[in-house]
Amino acid sequence: MLTITVNGQEIPWEEGMTIRNILNKMNYSFRMLVIKVNDKVVKKEDWDSFQVPPGADVKVIHLISGG
Amino acid sequence: MNDLFNDFFANQNPEYIKIWQNSVVGIAGVGGLGSNIAISLTRAGIGKLILADPDTVSNSNLSRQQYFLNQVGLPKVAALKDNLMNISPFTLVNPYPLKITPVNLSMIFGKIDILIEALDDADQKQMLIENWQELYPEKYIIGASGIAGVGKNELIHTEQIGTLFLIGDGISEIEDGVYPTAARVAVVANMQANLCLELLLQKGN
Repeated sequence: MLTITVNGQEIPWEEGMTIRNILNKMNYSFRMLVIKVNDKVVKKEDWDSFQVPPGADVKVIHLISGG
Repeated sequence: MNDLFNDFFANQNPEYIKIWQNSVVGIAGVGGLGSNIAISLTRAGIGKLILADPDTVSNSNLSRQQYFLNQVGLPKVAALKDNLMNISPFTLVNPYPLKITPVNLSMIFGKIDILIEALDDADQKQMLIENWQELYPEKYIIGASGIAGVGKNELIHTEQIGTLFLIGDGISEIEDGVYPTAARVAVVANMQANLCLELLLQKGN
């Protein structure tokens, strides 16, 4: 079975899987996120179209206001 | 000037000072985080700081930001430049009283060694980190996420994802009943500054 890793957790890879699919699957509901796939940023506008390859290392980073 | 330089850095590592004097650091946002970061980096001897923030100093900023009563109403970047010049003549300061956008990002920060994200709103943080990492994936960026509240030192930590670092507790949002307080904001700010100095030594400018 092909898999991807999301914040260190291994999950099954699916054909055509997008960032949005992954966020829904993982129940990540944080308002503001930065996503990196294999250490490259995927911008928010591409979350519905970017297809995550099998074996990918996906990092979901939660951003919180305050500065 | 040369005597002052030698006195100023008398109890510092001369090899480190050489590297830091050759370094340029960008600070995006000079509120609670950015004003504290700028002061520590100036005392450390960073050669050049690029500051960007469109805001003016307000009374409510004084509870945690490094400004003074007689600076209320002034542009923050100009007020901070004055304060930094009163600390040290060995750090050049370029102030940009501008809101950072994807369009002006490389004009303001294009020539820096390390960028420090010290913005307030999460959507601004996201805009900066996404666009910066797309433009300059090999350059370090040090952000902050989760700084509000009091105490809980043990929750503040550093996370590294490639060239992106995030410092904070990752949970404390500014909302009803949770406020940014001077000490905790300064802790996160100085962890950002401390990491920046360390990364510059590794880079060895």
